[in-house]
Amino acid sequence: MLVEQLVNGVMLGAVYALIAIGYTLIFGVLGLLHLAHGEVFMVGAFAGLVAVRATGSILIAIAFAMLVTGVLGIAIERVAFRPLRGAHHLAPLATTIGTGIVLQETTRGYFGAEQQGFPPTFATEVWQLGPVRISSVQVFMLLAAVVLMGALQLFLARTRAGRAIRATAEDPSVATLLGVNVTGVVLLCFFIGSALAGAAGVLVGIAYNSVHPFIGVQMGIKGLVVMMLGGLGNVPGAMLGGLLLGVLEVLGAGYLASSYRDAFAFGALMLVLLARPEGLLGLRAPRRD
Amino acid sequence: MLSPYFEDVLIQLGINMILGLSLYFPLAAGQLSLGQGGFMAVGAYTASWLTVAMGWPWPAAFGTAAVATALLGGVVGLPALRVKGIYLVLLTLAFGEIVRVFFLNFEPTGAAQGYRGMGFVTTLPLVAALTALTALLASRTARSRVGRALDAVRTDELAADVIGIDVTRMKLMVFAIGAGVAGLAGALWAHYALFIDPEEFGLHRSIMPFTFIVVGGVETYWGAIVGATLLTLLPEWLRFLQEWRLAFFGLAMILVMVIRPQGLVDHRVVHGLRRLVRRVGSGARSRGGGSSAPRQDPHTRRER
Repeated sequence: MLVEQLVNGVMLGAVYALIAIGYTLIFGVLGLLHLAHGEVFMVGAFAGLVAVRATGSILIAIAFAMLVTGVLGIAIERVAFRPLRGAHHLAPLATTIGTGIVLQETTRGYFGAEQQGFPPTFATEVWQLGPVRISSVQVFMLLAAVVLMGALQLFLARTRAGRAIRATAEDPSVATLLGVNVTGVVLLCFFIGSALAGAAGVLVGIAYNSVHPFIGVQMGIKGLVVMMLGGLGNVPGAMLGGLLLGVLEVLGAGYLASSYRDAFAFGALMLVLLARPEGLLGLRAPRRD
Repeated sequence: MLSPYFEDVLIQLGINMILGLSLYFPLAAGQLSLGQGGFMAVGAYTASWLTVAMGWPWPAAFGTAAVATALLGGVVGLPALRVKGIYLVLLTLAFGEIVRVFFLNFEPTGAAQGYRGMGFVTTLPLVAALTALTALLASRTARSRVGRALDAVRTDELAADVIGIDVTRMKLMVFAIGAGVAGLAGALWAHYALFIDPEEFGLHRSIMPFTFIVVGGVETYWGAIVGATLLTLLPEWLRFLQEWRLAFFGLAMILVMVIRPQGLVDHRVVHGLRRLVRRVGSGARSRGGGSSAPRQDPHTRRER
């Protein structure tokens, strides 16, 4: 029972982590919040749904969803962030809230507000590993999340573009002086972050077999919480924070009170913010902004 | 007589203006809160419980609800104001969500089933009067010594501290006032809708006053009023677009921000309008009129 709950928690946590990485990449280079990120996740789930219906392949669905949301991320940067560079720091919050409304309502207009299920893509098998029951869907989800996060870590650590992202997050003006194309880096972060959220959307769609135009709202908030738990702009922190929140929620709901499930996330966030505002893995002192 | 539809829109507009102004107070000291929905919920539930279960007359219930919410704001603000910027935004957001989950599970006020039984109190004249009162409070605060101190705190906390402003007290005070005003909006809303449930005070409710202020303009309290007006009436004007109206509403929001990132109303606009009003006024009274330089009040002189 406990181990099964832990497995569920880790799965949920992996999804949270994928979403939080997007927030944290974008916050890392821009220092701004992207409040439509939950809706990007939702668009990813629908893009995956369309691809699965057309091809029946889950891998194609994930790739397609990542491409769609990646391009969407770039479009959001151009529309909601670029024109406001240098404006009041609250202004992009408003444009991204507007973007979120547009994405929700457009999706609702096309697909309707009802919940839609994913068609079965592969045979669901349930394995009994000692005391633990684990399904093939869970294994696939976990594998996909781990592969994506591992690829991102390698990309950030080993490639030239990854180094440019890290340099920009450290200090944008110095990065510019050193010849980093900061505009390109920002676009890249929007692409990668949004693509990961899109992949998370497909994974949630398969796991819970239900997508609707408003699934992004709670997920978006949870992603924010996770980013904060891990430390602003800190990618490994977002991964750790995701796992932590997923496990905490599932255990809290299972052993304390399920109706208070959402309160655990926010209670944890309040505690971390007050006791350790730089996040669990954060090293830097909080920025003034 | 107003048509019922028009009266309904105006009452909602008044409540939204009060909600928008509730965020003006903390923002005047540079404190952004995304927890106003939580304060509104506390005000709504407190006032409703007092009128329904305790049988209090509404003025006592509304007053108590506003004061109780302000006190809660003080209690929340005390630890919360140690953090700034995005940290404060997320902390207040977390507070709002915890309030929502609390009422979702709180049996004495109906938990997830919501709470009903309130009498109809919130008439248009009452809303208009309380909106005017809140706006007056905002304008008095902005023009007073306290308002100048708040400006200093927002612009540079360290410098404000150095010149002898009690920064923590200032921030706590406006945070608590803002919470109390949001509580008042909640009390009004509960006695207009006659049914409240926890979900309507979620994050989307906290975001409402924020969008009002950012679209209207963060510099003066007029921003909250103009923003609330535009964003309350816009979905009504867009009704002809039917199911696409909210999509266009979002689009309009982006457009306004891209064209005027500082919001629709800033000090220049308020200043210009005041001069215009004064010129028209003095032109009507004296024939020449133009040569007497308009007396500037301390508020408009503080321009950035």
